[in-house]
Amino acid sequence: MPDYWIAILVGSIAVYSWKILGYVLPKRVANNREVVIFAGKLTIALLAALTAVEAFVTGQGIVLDSRVAALGVAAILYWRKAPFIVAVAAAAAVAALLRHFVGWA
Amino acid sequence: MSLGVGLAVGLYGTSFGALSVAAGLSVWQTQVLSLLMFSGGSQFAIVGVLGASGPAGIIPAIISAWLLGIRNGFYALRLNSVLSISGVVKLMAAQLTIDESNAVSASQEDETDSKLGFWLTGAAVFVFWNSFTLLGALLGSVLGRPETWGLDAAAAAAFLGLVWPRLKNLQSNLIALMAAALTLVLVPALPSGIPVIVAAPIAVAAMYGLKRTPLRRFLEVHHDA
Repeated sequence: MPDYWIAILVGSIAVYSWKILGYVLPKRVANNREVVIFAGKLTIALLAALTAVEAFVTGQGIVLDSRVAALGVAAILYWRKAPFIVAVAAAAAVAALLRHFVGWA
Repeated sequence: MSLGVGLAVGLYGTSFGALSVAAGLSVWQTQVLSLLMFSGGSQFAIVGVLGASGPAGIIPAIISAWLLGIRNGFYALRLNSVLSISGVVKLMAAQLTIDESNAVSASQEDETDSKLGFWLTGAAVFVFWNSFTLLGALLGSVLGRPETWGLDAAAAAAFLGLVWPRLKNLQSNLIALMAAALTLVLVPALPSGIPVIVAAPIAVAAMYGLKRTPLRRFLEVHHDA
C-alpha cells in the first residue's frame, strides 16, 4: 500500500502546517474575530458533508441501507448526551444486527 | 482533568484505529497517522475518504484532512500568546495543538494553569490517543469484513459525533444541512472524494450570502458564539 503512505505523510505535513503557522504569525491576527468564525463554519460544513458521505454513499451512488438506521440511533444518543464512544458502538451494533438478522444490506 | 480528557479521547482512538484498518490502511500506517497527524477530525477524514474512494481518493483525502486542520491554526494563534515559548519547544507545542489541549488551557483562570493545562492535556491525549489507536487497529485487523461488524456505520456515527457539539444555533444547523445536501447532490456527478471538499466551502459561502438578504435579521437573532 505505498500509495497510502504518500497520503499519510503529505496529509500530516498539511495538517501540521496550520498548527505551526499559528505560532509564527503576528499576534494581532489572533484577535480577528471574523477569521475565527469562518474557520468554525468551515469545520461544521466539512464534518456534515463527511457524515452524509459515510451514511448514504456507496461508490458514486446514493444508497439507503442499515447505515441510515444506525445513524438515526447515534443521533438520538448524541441528543440524549451519550458519550461519543457509546453512540459509535451503538451505531455499529445496529448495522451489524440489521445485516445479520434482518438481511438489510 | 487532563487525565480524564486523555482517557476519553483514548477511547475514541480505539474507534479510529479500527475504522482505519477497516478502510484499508495497515496497522503501521494507522499508527504513523496518529503519531504524525495527531488531529482526530483530520484523521477520520483521511481514512474515511480513502476507505470510500481507494487510491483514487488520495488527493481529496489530503485536502479534506488539511481543511479540517484549519481550526488548529487558530488554537495555535491563541496559545502562542499564552505559552511564551520559542525554538524547538514551539515545534513540539505545535504538534500538541488540538481541540482538547486548547480547550483545557482556555478554561483555566490564571496564566500558570493555562500553560500547565495545555502541556498536561496535550501530553496525556498524545499518549492515550496513540496507544488506543494501536489497540483499535489490532482489534480491527482480526475482525475481518468491516461491514459485518457495522464499522462503516460507526464511521458515519463518528463524524456525526464530531459535528454534533458544534451545532449550537440556527446558522450552524443551516450550514451543516446545506453542506450535507449539496454533497449528496454532487456525488453522482463528481469523482469520489471531491463532493465533500467542493460542497463544504460553497455551503459556508452560501451562509455569508444569506446574511446579505432579508433573512439577515432572523439569522442575527440566533447569533453564533
